[in-house]
Amino acid sequence: MSQTEHARSIRIPFESSQVIRDLRAGDALLLSGVMYTARDAAHQRMLQGLERGEELPIPVEREVIYYVGPTPPRPGQAIGSAGPTTAYRMDPYTPQFIEMGLGGAIGKGYRAAEVREAIRGRAFAYMAAIGGAGALLGRCIKEASVIAYEDLGTEAIRRLVIEDFPVIVINDTLGSDFYEVAQEPWRRTGGGG
Amino acid sequence: MREVHVDAIASAISEMCQSAGVALTDDMLQALEKAYRDEQSPLGRHAIRILLDNARLATATGVPYCQDCGVAIVFARVGQDCHVVGGALSEAINEGVRCGFAAGYMRASMLQSPLDRRNTGDNTPAVIHYDVVPGDRLELAITLKGGGSENMSRQAMLKPADGVEGVKRFVVETVANAGPNACPPLVPGIGLGGTFDKSTYLAKKAIMRPIGEFNPDPAIAELEKELLVLCNETGVGPQGLGGIVTCLWTPIEVYPCHVTALPVAVNIQCHANRRREVIL
Ligand code: SF4
Repeated sequence: MSQTEHARSIRIPFESSQVIRDLRAGDALLLSGVMYTARDAAHQRMLQGLERGEELPIPVEREVIYYVGPTPPRPGQAIGSAGPTTAYRMDPYTPQFIEMGLGGAIGKGYRAAEVREAIRGRAFAYMAAIGGAGALLGRCIKEASVIAYEDLGTEAIRRLVIEDFPVIVINDTLGSDFYEVAQEPWRRTGGGG
Repeated sequence: MREVHVDAIASAISEMCQSAGVALTDDMLQALEKAYRDEQSPLGRHAIRILLDNARLATATGVPYCQDCGVAIVFARVGQDCHVVGGALSEAINEGVRCGFAAGYMRASMLQSPLDRRNTGDNTPAVIHYDVVPGDRLELAITLKGGGSENMSRQAMLKPADGVEGVKRFVVETVANAGPNACPPLVPGIGLGGTFDKSTYLAKKAIMRPIGEFNPDPAIAELEKELLVLCNETGVGPQGLGGIVTCLWTPIEVYPCHVTALPVAVNIQCHANRRREVIL
């Protein structure tokens, strides 16, 4: 997302785990391909289903989950406003998805130390989209279809086809945190993340 | 006694929901434009550019500015010589929210109960604050309050000995702790004094004040200026990507308090600052 002219185009699902491992905190990416939406309720339901021996409703290997609860589309639109939701609400579930081979997640805000640790050394990237830029981000979503948990409404799992969806890598496989790196030079007082 | 019909109330609320959903107020847009000029961090500037583009796009296309269309928070100032006819005032406000959110293709985020977590489907009920005032008018102010920023809000019952330094420390820590979770640039509403509950009410009331308008008490206005500088020294910056514009404004509302107390509340408002008001 930094200087869009420097943004790299990347296909998702990621083409290989090496592509994910090569991502670095601070990289600006334009994602194109397919990703899946899920927020806390959907994460919880997926993991409960697994415990009962059911299959996940989405593929996870090298895939990307977008933490979003969109507004309903107007007639003729694929989706309405669709910016990221705060990622820490998914912290209790994310390590298990990383274990299963998930390639990345998109949200906004800090991740818990346990999640950052779970990412270290794995082929997984936590990426942020601009929080609150829902109208603009919705435009990068070309198709949206509910594929599971329809009763959850805005929190249902959707399959999204996206084009040039702008994100910035926050937490990478080396354990770096871009929020820390980016804020540090501007900090004049105590406080911080 | 002047009469106001519930239908007029419901339609005013509905229109305000729809217009606030897609368009920031002018004071907020100007504040973001100023932030774009002031910000020194290239990444922070870029983030603000995107927010300004998003604002233009939302208004032009009618797609909500943010997907979290928020809790409808209504401040109703009811003139004591104003008579509401045709039904109940609270029901009229809720009817307005129901219609406005449906007509504006806005997201319903309210749940029946915090524990069973079933969505009511129409974003009702609103959170309504009533105030009875002299006169025969009904003033309605509304804000669509997003969850991400609301969740980063905090309250503290400080010790009187903590003094103004304690207040400053608490506000700055709350802003730094909110960081990118709350979608900066922020407008932290600050409630100072009163009781535990009153302080949080004051903080909410503070975010309703237009950006650029200081507290009428010069000493409090000074504190507002100082807090803005301090909050912007945290380095959080736009979207937490680093920079000197973490907050756009730091409005404070004050109320007398008990001799043992120094309550302070910070209600974090994100850049999706979506306010409207009408006088009926
Ligand atoms: S915190 Fe505000 S801008 Fe961010 S997603 Fe929530 S409502 Fe939108």
